[in-house]
Amino acid sequence: MTLARADRVSRRYGSTLALDQVDLDVRAGELVGLLGPNGAGKSTLINLLVGLRRPTSGRVELFGGDPRDPASRRRLGVTPQETGLPATLRVGEVVDFVSAHFPDPIPRDELLDRFGLGELARRQTGGLSGGQKRRLAVALAFVGRPRMVVLDEPTTGLDVEARHALWEAIRAFHADGGTVLLSSHYLEEVEALAQRVVVIGHGRVLADNSVDAIRSVVGVRRVSLTVDALPSLPGVVRTERVDGRTHLFAPDADQLVRDLVTSGIEFRDLEVRPTSLEEAFLAITTADSADTAAEPAPA
Amino acid sequence: MPLALTHARYQLLETVRIPIAIFGSAFFPAAAMLFFVVPFAGKDPVGATFATASMVTFSVMSANIFQYGVGVAEDRAQPWDSFTRTLPAGPAPRFAGRVSAGLVITYLSLIPVVIIAATLTEARITPGAFLLALATVGVISVPFTLMGLCIGYALPSKAAIVVAQLVFFPLAFGGGLLSAPGAAPGFIEAIAPYLPTRGAVELMWAAVGDHSVNPLSLVTLGVWVVVLATLAGWAYRRDEGRRFS
Repeated sequence: MTLARADRVSRRYGSTLALDQVDLDVRAGELVGLLGPNGAGKSTLINLLVGLRRPTSGRVELFGGDPRDPASRRRLGVTPQETGLPATLRVGEVVDFVSAHFPDPIPRDELLDRFGLGELARRQTGGLSGGQKRRLAVALAFVGRPRMVVLDEPTTGLDVEARHALWEAIRAFHADGGTVLLSSHYLEEVEALAQRVVVIGHGRVLADNSVDAIRSVVGVRRVSLTVDALPSLPGVVRTERVDGRTHLFAPDADQLVRDLVTSGIEFRDLEVRPTSLEEAFLAITTADSADTAAEPAPA
Repeated sequence: MPLALTHARYQLLETVRIPIAIFGSAFFPAAAMLFFVVPFAGKDPVGATFATASMVTFSVMSANIFQYGVGVAEDRAQPWDSFTRTLPAGPAPRFAGRVSAGLVITYLSLIPVVIIAATLTEARITPGAFLLALATVGVISVPFTLMGLCIGYALPSKAAIVVAQLVFFPLAFGGGLLSAPGAAPGFIEAIAPYLPTRGAVELMWAAVGDHSVNPLSLVTLGVWVVVLATLAGWAYRRDEGRRFS
């Protein structure tokens, strides 16, 4: 059963195309990571799925209905941005306020204990540390006993211990049959939690695959050198020439360097660098004859 | 409706936690009572009662223009406002909650003026007239609530503060709130009927004493309500379009 769906969805802000013909299906019980650099379109896609925005073209569905209809959001949990908690309200009051919108909310103390906030119920949210605010923000997504939660950058700014505690809570929800759509620009976070990864860049779905398949793509490295002419080399997924420098993108940089040396061509200023997610995906998606581990998004 | 009450309750909680916001709208009319009404009209029961009604109108105006103008503009900048839109309720409960909370704050901000009138002046009012005045406060809140909503939805918060400050004093002075009925300087008497403050204060005067309302002021007040409602609706839809469409 599909809980959230985007069907050829585009979203334009003025002259900027934030999402371009995006397809996405989140099925019941899945834990999907939405991965991509800042500005890639992750937040826009999430805003469409939770009903804050409407698509310029295409269709979004949530629990089979229009996300903009409040009834469609009854089994949905969303995290607020931590900076947005009302500073003068106490932790317990914020939870009660959100609870009032749901028919069968989790009791306040149970929820706070689950997220390690039990001691803080009487504190005003303005006085919480960044990590405590983050935990409260994530806890709010779970108040209404949702079937699906949408977590936008849930652990940004948390220390390692707090991050792992939060991951445990997310895993426990998923183990109970909950569905999770989680956005992050940390590969590590997505690897730790998700089974399926959807990579977004420049408003498009660049890849939609298992964590392993994505990991092998993201592992692309950049080998840069100054050279006159290059023979065709195995394993290069993309070649770029900028200002006299040649950049080769390949999953196995060591082998590429060996091949360069044994080919006997003259080159200088060799440099090997890991690529950012964005570069890696640009490399594989703009190459015409790209031999990629990622399959195109399912239609 | 209970959800609207929940929203009203938390709006009030947020306001009460920073009580300076209430003092702000209660201060100027209370100070005006102490410095102008008590020494000059305090001994005359009729004059003091009318002057108190004027200050109540002043208070209603400034409370509403400020709490909606500045409050709405600030909320629009907060991510929390967007978050509440992902909860399974439309924007209506939040809006209804805001207006109910606004009315409560308006009544609270009147308390100092009424206490000063009762203890330091000869102002007198019958229980029936007092109830009528309470109801009239609700009625005259309408144009100023709409004016505040126009400002709050149309402008960013820094601009909203300035505009709220710019409009409220000319409206008070020009509407004749700082003079007894019919005793304002000539040019004020000439322009007053065309300002919303005049119709509002005449309704208050009629509620507390023997005053017959100038029909022109009432008609103008009606026109203001229609115009402000149209503008507020436009500003609200424009804001919805920018943030939620």
